[in-house]
Amino acid sequence: MLGKLSWDAIPFGQPIPMAASLLIVVGMLAVLSLVTRKGWWPYLWREWLTSVDHKRIGVMYVLLALVLLLRGFMDAIMMRSQLAIAAGGAQGYLPPEHYDQIFSAHGTIMIFFMAMPFMVGLMNFVVPLQLGVRDVAFPVLNAISFWLTASGALLVNISLVVGEFARTGWLAYPPLSELQFSPGVGVDYYLWALQISGIGTLLAGINMVTTILKLRAPGMGYMRMPVFCWTALCSSMLIVASFPVLTATFGMLLLDRYVGMHFFTNDGGGNFMMYINLIWIWGHPEVYILALPAFGVFSEVIATFSGKPLFGYRSMVMATLAICVLSFLVWLHHFFTMGAGADVNAIFGIASMIIAIPTGVKLFNWLFTLYRGRIRFEVPVLWAIGFMVTFAIGGMTGVLQAVPPADFVLHNSLFLVAHFHNVIIGSVVFGAMAGYYYWFPKAFGFTLDRRLGVVSFWCWLIGFYLAFMPLYAVGLLGMTRRMQHYADVSWQPYLIVAEVGAVVILCGIIATIAQLVVSIRTRESRRDRTGDPWNGRTLEWSTSSPPPAYNFAMLPQVDSLDAFWAMKQRGPAVPAERYESIETPRNSANGFVTAFFAVVTGFAMIWHIWWLAVLGLICAALTLLVYGWVERVEQEVSGEQLANDERVRLRPMDSA
Amino acid sequence: MSAQAAMAGLAGAEAATTGGLNSAGPAPVRIVVAYGFWLFLLSDIIMFSALFASYAVLSGQTAGGPSGRELFELRHVGIETLCLLLSSYTCGLGVVAIERRRLVFFYVSFALTFALGATFLGLEVSEFVGLVARGAGPSRSAFLSAFFSLVGLHGAHVTAGLLWLTFMVAQTAARGPRDFVRRRLLCFSLFWHALDIIWVALLTLVYLMGAR
Repeated sequence: MLGKLSWDAIPFGQPIPMAASLLIVVGMLAVLSLVTRKGWWPYLWREWLTSVDHKRIGVMYVLLALVLLLRGFMDAIMMRSQLAIAAGGAQGYLPPEHYDQIFSAHGTIMIFFMAMPFMVGLMNFVVPLQLGVRDVAFPVLNAISFWLTASGALLVNISLVVGEFARTGWLAYPPLSELQFSPGVGVDYYLWALQISGIGTLLAGINMVTTILKLRAPGMGYMRMPVFCWTALCSSMLIVASFPVLTATFGMLLLDRYVGMHFFTNDGGGNFMMYINLIWIWGHPEVYILALPAFGVFSEVIATFSGKPLFGYRSMVMATLAICVLSFLVWLHHFFTMGAGADVNAIFGIASMIIAIPTGVKLFNWLFTLYRGRIRFEVPVLWAIGFMVTFAIGGMTGVLQAVPPADFVLHNSLFLVAHFHNVIIGSVVFGAMAGYYYWFPKAFGFTLDRRLGVVSFWCWLIGFYLAFMPLYAVGLLGMTRRMQHYADVSWQPYLIVAEVGAVVILCGIIATIAQLVVSIRTRESRRDRTGDPWNGRTLEWSTSSPPPAYNFAMLPQVDSLDAFWAMKQRGPAVPAERYESIETPRNSANGFVTAFFAVVTGFAMIWHIWWLAVLGLICAALTLLVYGWVERVEQEVSGEQLANDERVRLRPMDSA
Repeated sequence: MSAQAAMAGLAGAEAATTGGLNSAGPAPVRIVVAYGFWLFLLSDIIMFSALFASYAVLSGQTAGGPSGRELFELRHVGIETLCLLLSSYTCGLGVVAIERRRLVFFYVSFALTFALGATFLGLEVSEFVGLVARGAGPSRSAFLSAFFSLVGLHGAHVTAGLLWLTFMVAQTAARGPRDFVRRRLLCFSLFWHALDIIWVALLTLVYLMGAR
């Protein structure tokens, strides 16, 4: 009846997992009871859970990312503490089977459920506003995408309480991840969580590409799009081209595990190196799916706060497109040690080094934008400058490892771990934080506290260097990754410094939370009544903060790059004579309900509860069919309503 | 096509061709929906390509079990192919019929499409059942794992297509050939033709090259 599920699945005997489970359960219950006590459910359901507004969905993506940043960071600081003490004879406080789950969960959560939702969330929120349109191409599909991503995140966190998580690293290489060597439910949690959220991401990518290529304000040709839209386009094209490979690869591993097939097994003619090739055909583009939107954020931030148009707009676009293409030609550099031979390794090594060229072009463009600009050192600029320095270092250690002979020495060492944290934290996390601060007033109508933002930045920057520079050194000394314990005590000082770095980053995270709390409390004094708090250049700043559900009462007419800047040069905005009525999408519970059944199906598959899996799948399909039957997915906003809104919106601007 | 519809079609085509360089504003819904669905189909084809690649790698790994030459019956596959390609033709006729509001013609075409698709699926299932009965099931060897997964994934798509077809016929009956219904029928026909394209690749790479 309940498949493999029994009371043994709850980790009663193990104190640390039990404490973590209790923390999660108590936390969730506290939030749910607060919402119930305050009577917020109708509001939440109406305004958020069933919303198909791209701005609301974008905000929910970012919120999901911030919550899972906390979860992923808990894992990180546990690992750092373990390694700071587990030298020589000491075994630390985490047994190997638990430590293995922690590093697997850390990588999985940080990439799939922190970095991805953060970037997709920023794209969702910003792109339609920057394009001067009212929503994404498929608003209901957008909600489905988000809720499927959230379903995956939920499954990963359920694994903490019920059962276990994978012990196979963040990419679950076979044959270790095959049934023979990982008979538990951990790998199944991993696979189903990522299959479900992967479908969500794919649909989000399709939606975003369609939006950018087919829905733009009148006059906004390709070469008038803000750079963030370009990077969102390239990132989304990479999603469309690479996520299906991930789905197919995980599908094959699932077939191996559930039906006894032989894709990646040691016996029966299987070939596990094929998995590693396939997963990196997705995995390398994934790096750029995350990094490109971050580059876009920095481009917007640097241009805005330098008070100048971006230097070398065309070369920036070309560099983005070049990275987009090249990212598909370098996957083999993740496993030069496979032994593909000198010729193959040389080709992939050279291709990897070539990526440094368009990336270098970008760095110089940002520097030349800053050069002789009237720079305002707001928090996003700090992140941008921190990024440029940090990313240059990470890029150089990357080019170093693109040399196959050097890679043979550095493969799977902590040098590699330091490198990818260097580039991912340096670009994606810094970019996410810059974008969060930059667009927060647009989303909520008030700015974030600057002082705590500065504190957060410096903690992250200093903490990052303390945490990861020692790992480069200890990696060169020979320490490999994923070790729960090490015999060579001369490594310990480095790892203690790394632990201190993690604590400093923790201070940065606490500062970010404090910033949010303080800013909400003092929001009346930090209202943005103009809609344009940073003297921005692009169209998102031309509407109110927060924007109305329909974004623009009348679609803006674009006749140059930096369209809003050009509009401001022509004088203040005035309400039009008359407004034509428009149609906006109605709320829909489709996404939430479908995702609920996706969680049920995933959970049932993980625990081999076949009847429930079939039931969940049928219900999910029925949900889609029932909502597909409904014809009216739009409602009308009348011209008079729009005219009223616009008069109210433009009044304070005139008096200011 | 009525003059009005022709005009709308023209305007749509114009927006589609000049949209990139000097956008005339958001494209019409029909264009947006079809474009998005094309992207989905491309992503689907990429998923298939991963399985094709795996099949290419594993096709020789029979682990002492039977190879394609011993298992594939080209006559059987030929009939399957005929059914599927014909169903694409009838599907195309159905879409032309709905655009011209010839409802009876539409229903007949889609009924034929369904029948041909179901026949294809039945033949595929009988092939699978026969293979398993001969001890050549998906867990016998890596070659057979790849074979069953690749062909089975296509079959799963055909199954989903048949369900979608049924749903669309019901919706057309209930709502008539309205804009949103015709948009969905257009997407369905794109989907059905894409399955043909994949089948042609599958027929060539798996059956024709494997049976030699």
